[in-house]
This record gives sequence, C-alpha cells and structure tokens, in this order.
Amino acid sequence: MSHGLLLVFELTILVLAIFLGFEVISKVPTLLHTPLMSGTNAIHGIVIVGAMLVMGQGDKDTLTWVLGFIAVILASANVVGGFVVTDRMLEMFKRRRPERAAKDDDQSAGPQP
Amino acid sequence: MSRTTTDFLYLVTIVTFILALRFLSRPDKARLGNWIGAAGMLLAIGVTFAQSEVVSYWEIIVGMVIGGGFGAVAARRVKMTAMPQMVALFNGVGGGAAALVSWAEFHNRAPDPGSLKVDIGIAIMLSALIGAISFAGSMVAFAKLQELIQGRPITYPGQQVVNALVLGVALAAGIAIAAGAEEQWLMWVLLAGAAIFGVLFVLPIGGADMPVVISLLNAFTGLAAAATGFELENNVLIVAGMLVGASGTLLTLLMSRAMNRSIANVLFGAFGQVSTEAAAAVAGDGGTVRSATADDVAVMLAYAHKVVFVPGYGLAVAQAQHDVRQLADLLEEKGVEISYAIHPVAGRMPGHMNVLLAEANVPYPQLKEMDEANSEFGRTDVALVVGANDVVNPDARSNEGSPIYGMPILNVDGAQAVVVLKRSMNPGFAGIENPLFYNPKTVMLFGDAKESISKLIEDVKGL
Repeated sequence: MSHGLLLVFELTILVLAIFLGFEVISKVPTLLHTPLMSGTNAIHGIVIVGAMLVMGQGDKDTLTWVLGFIAVILASANVVGGFVVTDRMLEMFKRRRPERAAKDDDQSAGPQP
Repeated sequence: MSRTTTDFLYLVTIVTFILALRFLSRPDKARLGNWIGAAGMLLAIGVTFAQSEVVSYWEIIVGMVIGGGFGAVAARRVKMTAMPQMVALFNGVGGGAAALVSWAEFHNRAPDPGSLKVDIGIAIMLSALIGAISFAGSMVAFAKLQELIQGRPITYPGQQVVNALVLGVALAAGIAIAAGAEEQWLMWVLLAGAAIFGVLFVLPIGGADMPVVISLLNAFTGLAAAATGFELENNVLIVAGMLVGASGTLLTLLMSRAMNRSIANVLFGAFGQVSTEAAAAVAGDGGTVRSATADDVAVMLAYAHKVVFVPGYGLAVAQAQHDVRQLADLLEEKGVEISYAIHPVAGRMPGHMNVLLAEANVPYPQLKEMDEANSEFGRTDVALVVGANDVVNPDARSNEGSPIYGMPILNVDGAQAVVVLKRSMNPGFAGIENPLFYNPKTVMLFGDAKESISKLIEDVKGL
C-alpha cells in the first residue's frame, strides 16, 4: 500500500473514532463521570505499545534506551494504575446496601441521563 | 507474527475498549466493561511482544514491573477524596510517555536524510508538543490538588503574553521539524517550550476550576496518543487515543457549561481575582440570618416526608460523607424519603461527589442529577446543604451583577425549608455573597460539618 493511501485510511479511522467516541461517551450518565475519566485514562495507557516498540529494538543507542525505558515505566504505571483505580471505584456503585438486597425490586437500571 | 495478524488482533483490542466505554452507560455492567478493557490492553501488550521488531524483552519487562508496581500500589492506596490528583498523575505519565516515544522516534529516524515524511513529521511534532504540555500541566494540577503548591490562582502582569511567547517558540520548533529540518536541538526546544507552557498555563487556574482543567488534560493525553499512532502507523493507538480525546473534550464542555463559563474564560480568566471586586458590589442587601440548634434541625428532619441532601466539596474536605450516610439511614428507618442532589461541579473533577457518596455506601439510585433533583425540590420538606455554596446561590438565577449569573444551580429554595451547614458566615472560596442564607425559609447550623452531622445523628436517635 502506498504511503499516501495508508495515511488516508488512518485519517478515515481517526474521523470515525471521533464520531464513535462522542456517540458512546454521551450515553455515560454523570453518575459515572469520574470512573469514565479514570477508565479513559487507562485506555490512553495504550501508548505502552509505542514505548515497547521503542524499547524492543535490538540495536539502539543510549538515548533511545533511556527514553524507551522511562516511557515503558510511565506507560505501565498509567495502564495498571488506571484500570485498578477504575475497578475500585466501580465496585462501590451498588443499587442497595447488602443487608437490604432482599428489598431490591430490580426495576430500572439507574438514573436516566 | 505477520503484520496482518498483528493488526487484526489490535482490532480486537479496539473493540474491547469501545465495549468498556459502552458498558459505562450502565452502573451495574460498568465493572465488567472495565475488565474487558483491561483484557484488551493485555492482548495488545502480548501482540506487541510477538512483533518481529521487538527483540529485547527483559528491559521492557523490568520497566513494566517498576511502572506497573508503582501504579498498582498508588491506585490501591489512594483515598477517594484524592481521586482528582490521582487521575491528573496518571494523565501526566501517559502524556509524558507519548512525548518520550516521539522524541525517540525523531532521534532514530531523523539521521537518514529524507527518511522523515511530512505527515510523520507532523505526527511527531503534535505528539511531542501535546504530550509534553499534558505531562507538565498535569503535574502542576497534581501539585495544586495535593496542596504541594497553593491552589489559588497564581498571576502576574503580562502572563498571557509570556504564555503566548513560550508556546510560539515551541510551535516554531515543531513546524521546523514538520517542514523537514532534522536537527535534534529543535526537538529539545519543542519539548522544553511545551513543558514550560504546560506549567504556566495551569498555574493561574484556581482550585474550583480544576474539573475543567483535568478534563482538558485528559483530552490532551488522548490526542497525544492518537498522534503517536500516526507516527507508528498503528491503528489501535489512533482509535484508543481519539476515544479518550472525544471523552475529555465532551467532559470539558459539560463542566464549563455547568459553570456557565466559556473554556477560554476558565483557562485565561483567573476566576478568584475577578469575583472579589464584583462580590463587594453585590453584598450588603442584607436581611437577617436565622441560626438553629442541632435539636431543632433534628426534629425538622425526623418529621419530614422527604429530605434532600445537597453535598458540596466542603463535605469532602470535612470527610463527612460516611456520617451523612448514617444520618440518612436513621431518617430512612423513620420513614423519611431520602435523596441526594448532585451538581455537576460539586467536587474537583466530573462526577467526583458521586464517587465519594458511593464509597460511603449510598445506593446510586438515590443520587440525583441536577435536572432530576430540581424537579423534586417542589415536594421536598427539607433540603440539607452540606458544604455547598455557589451551586445553591440564587443570585445565579436572578442577579445579573453576580459573577456566577447564568450558572445552572440546584434550586434548593424551592423546598419547604432549607438547612445550611456552614462553618461561619464568611463567604465561600470564590468570595461571593449568597442570598440563600438570608431567605426566610433558611436556617443555618453553624459549625464543622462533620461535628454538626454527628450531633444531628445523636439528636435524631434520641427522638
């Protein structure tokens, strides 16, 4: 594939991702905006792929080594921290306290946006 | 592994990320979604290890253990009240990683003349620029929220000019890179300029505006990751980065709309400075303030049909969310209907107050968004305002001279009676007078929020 054609494909994907992003995110209730933020935080930890590609090269000079190593550390802190903290938060969102679970009449799925 | 297989598996990761966000629209499914996203991330990491370009494993693994270990410990230990600075920190490291990757790419590709295509050059420049701004800005936001530096706006004359100059220098270096000037020092200027700009642009922003700033920095890191995707010709980075970019942008818009201010005004307005003068003009149209004892308030609450709690950031500062929930439980046992009215900017990041109350075991169906809450105040007997001020200030509706005029608020004065828990009559953070306190429907319960709630619990028990 020519470079120009690849670029156009990438831009197409980018534009579709923008629309998809707005569509999906606008359905998230304000109740969950903090987990949304920390969850998307974890997702941008995907730069770890870039950091790994830099660090994984066989033949690299010292600067590349140092930059890649720091980038891997930062990105993996981002990934692990992001998912763990989001899980901790989401665990807390319960419909009822456990001792009242019996009263739970399982109606609507929470506040309407 | 062939490029086709790799890219196909990256597509699976993309799908898991979209599902993770999709599941966030339902509180009962959200946790599962987060796990799906994490599994997708793990897949992407595994696929990257299997790529033929990646030959040295142990260095990556050591880095991952260090970074991942730090991330896991920090994420397990952080208090829910400290969540905004945690998110700022993770934002910053993500942006920093994107900037470093771009630096390394430029360093490795630039030496061969003509090897750097224009679009790759632009991607490298954007990723380095936005990533470095996000890194430095997030660190300042972290320091402010953690109270390592003062949270009030830090301003000096000519600030805007200095900021513009610094950004201009960084941009010029970036444009030179994109235009094909393959000099390493240009990258240093770009990164240094962007980092300094990041610091300068967050420093003048006050604590109450942090929800907007954190959302914006979140969007920045997403965009930096997407730009890194263009530079590495990697779809998963482009899509994931852009999803985060869209999310951050949307939250930024929501937050500034909830404060009825343009984003430009938040970023360049240094709110705390302006409002003190304007407030002085508004203050003093007086009336009397009625104060009540905990006994009186306990009786009001216990014999009400419906009580709405209106928590503000003051509740989080006083760490009173667990006490509030205890009081709510007691009232519920007495047959009082309970709900919580949550203003979008109650807290230091979007949705922060919901998390704090969920942590205190408040069932989420009781947490009402602003519009829903406002429709309920008409049939509410008592609205109990704990540590909130500007978000219940009726001046936002009626007083055109008020600095917060036009901001959507919780109409607590629609309730039969309003109880305001407040330390003293000093105006709040922004220094704006609040006529709600002089409303004949309102009684004030002075004192530390946590102590006042404890007293109320005792008194309600005694009834």
